[in-house]
Amino acid sequence: MSRNEAHRIVERIARESYGRLVALLAVRTRDVATAEDLLAEAFAAALEQWPTQGVPSNPDGWLVTVAKRRHLDALRRGQVRVNGEPHLQMLASEIEEASHLSEELPDRRLALMFACAHPLIERGARAPLILQTVLGITAKAIASAFLVSPASMGQRLVRAKLHIKASGIPFSVPDRHEMPERLNAILEALYAAYSTGWDESEGASELAPEAIWLSRLIATLLPEEPEAKALLAMMLYTEARRGARRDAQGCYVPIDSQDVELWDRSLIGEAENLLHACNRSGPTGRYQLEAAIQSAHVARRLTGANCWPAIVSLYDHLVALTNSPVAVLNRAAAVAEIAGPDAALAELRAIATDKRILGYQPYWATVGHLNLRAGNIETGCEALRVAIGLSTDNAVRQHLRQLLPS
Amino acid sequence: MNYMMLIHHDDAALAKANQKELWTDYAAFNEALAKAGGRSGVRLQPASAATSVRVREGKTEIIDGPYADTKEKLAGYFMIETDSVDDAVAWAQRCPSARYGTIEVRPIHEQK
Repeated sequence: MSRNEAHRIVERIARESYGRLVALLAVRTRDVATAEDLLAEAFAAALEQWPTQGVPSNPDGWLVTVAKRRHLDALRRGQVRVNGEPHLQMLASEIEEASHLSEELPDRRLALMFACAHPLIERGARAPLILQTVLGITAKAIASAFLVSPASMGQRLVRAKLHIKASGIPFSVPDRHEMPERLNAILEALYAAYSTGWDESEGASELAPEAIWLSRLIATLLPEEPEAKALLAMMLYTEARRGARRDAQGCYVPIDSQDVELWDRSLIGEAENLLHACNRSGPTGRYQLEAAIQSAHVARRLTGANCWPAIVSLYDHLVALTNSPVAVLNRAAAVAEIAGPDAALAELRAIATDKRILGYQPYWATVGHLNLRAGNIETGCEALRVAIGLSTDNAVRQHLRQLLPS
Repeated sequence: MNYMMLIHHDDAALAKANQKELWTDYAAFNEALAKAGGRSGVRLQPASAATSVRVREGKTEIIDGPYADTKEKLAGYFMIETDSVDDAVAWAQRCPSARYGTIEVRPIHEQK
């Protein structure tokens, strides 16, 4: 095990413990900000000390003991306004009780996540809020991943926490009839975090393992929900290809040119198992469809089977379900493989004036690519140049430049 | 919201860049900007060509060079209208100059 890996595992344990304690306290007090404040310094100390000194035998107890000591120091110096002592006392006795009965602390992170992704919380704040409260990631690190200034990310998070406290947003797992919509908000937030983390850029790429970890958590905590499993499967299919998407020069490699030997087969295997499990147990939702499409692409490359008709029909369902222009775009790319570029371009006319898609780099790359294949050189080049102009990833820009006929 | 995107360059860093690639990327960026309804603004001559003027107590002072003597100097601007500051930041990130300098995203004072 490398040092880095060991460090990661220790950090994981610290985050796990921190998230459970914040959740426990926030659910009791309805006050996320205070819960975080009380544990923040202890958590920072854990991240600093555990990698060199080892993980204590009772990580929860360690964190609360340090938090209590720091809190008392701050009280003596008159630096804290809220008297958090009773909160910390409550956590301490709960931990002690649990260890006497050799039980685990109740895990309230699910309730915390449902509060963070509540419909009353603005959409753009949900993923950052979950990352901060459940994993203890700093506002600064979240801001740099989501390309927002640290100050405005900080404000967004503070506002959201005030909102939770003031508007009486519930800390509970919704009942059956509310579940699909409420769960969808969490999954959407985690998906946003993962997509951000798909970027190679510094700050962003660290979000991918966090998003996967949170998806694993929610798939475990809600074993009856097929969409939670499906989202995790989708992330794992994508993650399995991470090592193959750049060549030795750092240039972007599209899936059809990727060396499948570089794919992580154990992640693919896990994704396949999840997909089978979720298809067994429930209706076909958005993430199940997207995971099935990923599975078909993997099968296509690994077995050489012609999966394009299946992919197109999965996209048919996805378009009907989501009415998303991105689904229409990806469907058209699959249609091109069966019916040729002209048929695909004809389908794209349906979204050519959709404002949501005009700033979307893959749209212009696909339009450019299809036009070149159809022999419309000038239109193709123009679209490819727009795609280059929209791309912020040098590897992608380089790939697109190579497509331009010189 | 309307934003003016102020481009600040470190001229030395810019000169070191692959010029052909830089200007190809700039042409592509301007094309994408135009498609999104943005306006490509102006490119200024180097800051060394600037003259700064101020009037104090009726006395005019004329100074050679730019107003602010910083490593990265104002080099031009472009305009974009977006729904949120996040989208404006995304445009700043796309601008090739962001790789050799800094893009300042400034909301424009709207006339009420």
